[in-house]
Amino acid sequence: MAEENKITAMKMINGLLAKSYKEAWEAKEKGIPVGWSTSVFPQEIVECFGLPLLYPENQAAGVAAKKESLSLQEKAESRGYSIDLCAYARTNFGLLENGGSENLNMPKPDFVCCCNNICNEVIKWYESLARELNIPLIMIDAAYNNSGEVSQSRIDYFVEQFKEAANQLEKISGKKFDPKKLEEVMAISSENGKLWKESMSLSKDVYPAPMNGFDLFSYMAVIVCYRGKKETTEAFKLLISELKEHIKNGTTSNRCEEKYRIMMEGIPCWPYIGYKMKSFGKYGVNMTGSVYPHAWALVYEKNDLDGLARAYCSMFNNVDLNKMTDYRVNALKDGNCEGVFYHMNRSCKLMSFIQYQMAREVHEKTGLPYASFDGDQADPRAFSDAQFETRLQGLVEVMEHQKENGGKADDNN
Amino acid sequence: MYTMGLDFGSTASKGVVLKDGKEIVCTAIITSGTGTSGPERVKEKLLTESNLLESDMEAVVVTGYGRMTYQGAKKQISELSCHAKGVHFLVPDVGTVIDIGGQDIKALLLDKNGNLSNFVMNDKCAAGTGRFLDVMAGVLETEVSMLGEISMMSKSPVNISSTCTVFAESEVISHLSAGVNKEDIIAGIHISVAGRVAALAKRVGIKDKVVMVGGVAKNIGVVKAMEDALGKNIEVPKLAQLTGALGAALFAFEALNK
Repeated sequence: MAEENKITAMKMINGLLAKSYKEAWEAKEKGIPVGWSTSVFPQEIVECFGLPLLYPENQAAGVAAKKESLSLQEKAESRGYSIDLCAYARTNFGLLENGGSENLNMPKPDFVCCCNNICNEVIKWYESLARELNIPLIMIDAAYNNSGEVSQSRIDYFVEQFKEAANQLEKISGKKFDPKKLEEVMAISSENGKLWKESMSLSKDVYPAPMNGFDLFSYMAVIVCYRGKKETTEAFKLLISELKEHIKNGTTSNRCEEKYRIMMEGIPCWPYIGYKMKSFGKYGVNMTGSVYPHAWALVYEKNDLDGLARAYCSMFNNVDLNKMTDYRVNALKDGNCEGVFYHMNRSCKLMSFIQYQMAREVHEKTGLPYASFDGDQADPRAFSDAQFETRLQGLVEVMEHQKENGGKADDNN
Repeated sequence: MYTMGLDFGSTASKGVVLKDGKEIVCTAIITSGTGTSGPERVKEKLLTESNLLESDMEAVVVTGYGRMTYQGAKKQISELSCHAKGVHFLVPDVGTVIDIGGQDIKALLLDKNGNLSNFVMNDKCAAGTGRFLDVMAGVLETEVSMLGEISMMSKSPVNISSTCTVFAESEVISHLSAGVNKEDIIAGIHISVAGRVAALAKRVGIKDKVVMVGGVAKNIGVVKAMEDALGKNIEVPKLAQLTGALGAALFAFEALNK
């Protein structure tokens, strides 16, 4: 087989993402209800009814990378949606207002699914969608964990809502809930979560890392949008075999030399993803740690609804400061990172405002240097490339000096 | 052996010629920054005043906002490392450097050898920077270079509660139309700048000696307000606006000797 025709994990994953949108359009034409969902909603329950789901956050990221998000956001803003709202939400409202998108279009939903384990603004976003389109809202409220582990009462609360979602979906689909089907979907989803976790762990103690960490943001699309499907299992198995092959040969798919390994905190600035990758390449920086893609490493045992609830409730945005700090400290260790670059994401207040204290605590525990830059996940107006580069270069210079100095500053400050 | 350090900022171009990594031969400041004729003019001024040729420079290092667009440098180094280097040369026992430039604020923490060990910069908003003071000076019909001196006459500084440049400007206009003395308004502006910068500096850590550099360090009113806000004495080197360029010249010398 010629090299260019070789099926790679990247090609397979891009194909699956396109397929997920295509299936939704086809379902819509056949009159099958199509749902829109927040990115870490327990899709298992929808999948077991065979209803297609689309993810506005994924769509907004996609159109942001294609430079279309701003025009959609302006449509939403001109209707009165505040510029202070999440840019994914504004892009989504703008999509409806505009009647579609040039680069990545989605059919209008017949129902919406919202879980606030990632964010609380999504509640109002999805309530607004449901009210405006006069469609059902399936809401799963994941109680915030302010005391370390997820308590049994929180798990029970989640599971009861999950069951209620099944009742709602029976009405929406006109089908009976099938526990056997749920068992099957849970098995596939959890397997995918495990494989995704494994693929992210393969850079640990391997030099150079077998991939450019930014690629995770592309691979991630299917664990977000196609988590309950067998095809995703195949794609991740292929990805893992590609990475293992690189490790065996001492090679990497990263096209830049890896001089420094860092953790990137937060959602990428999608409108500038190319610029950022280029800047990282210029300074020989690879992202080998990030907590963000781990959001979808949802691992539980087959048929264990409590385990599923625990996994969805333990999302890194749904835990207290100590746990959030632990997640970062572990990501830094697992990625053998030498520094941290924090994205002060104007859209995501939940992930950003806690960063000041979290960064201090992570620094106290690891001693690693860090810097932060301003930006936004989908609104191009909040990012300045010169500011980004100065902070990145400053961080690289500190890491360079510490490397020459055996990994530490010259004194304990 | 001569090396040259150039610092092309957003509002001014600065340069230093150094001999043997030790002796400052010549310095120059042009109040036009990157993207203007400033970078070329500052280089010419340095060569004319030092009576040297470009070919006499063994190495040139460029820093500042315009560092990436300038051709002919041996290396581009961030202004963070350059300020740390330059200040340490002038004040060897420095611990924290606060640099307020035309459109950004930096707080740098140095290790005992003068190397940058951590830093914090302002967010995207330029409130509290040199540009903020330029805007205020405009409203007050005063030269920005006079702000420091005038503010020292204040007996009862006003409270400027907005950090946003646009809102702070309208607050200043309200005070002016209410007949408040200019010196009290200016002192209030300085206190507001100092509050914002001190909060940033505390995030990186305040370690003696605290040194202030950048164009705004020439404003005695801001420096005094910063001392009050931090409860520390602040040293301002004579070459406060040139420490980035000086650091660049020192890096150029080091690069030759590596």
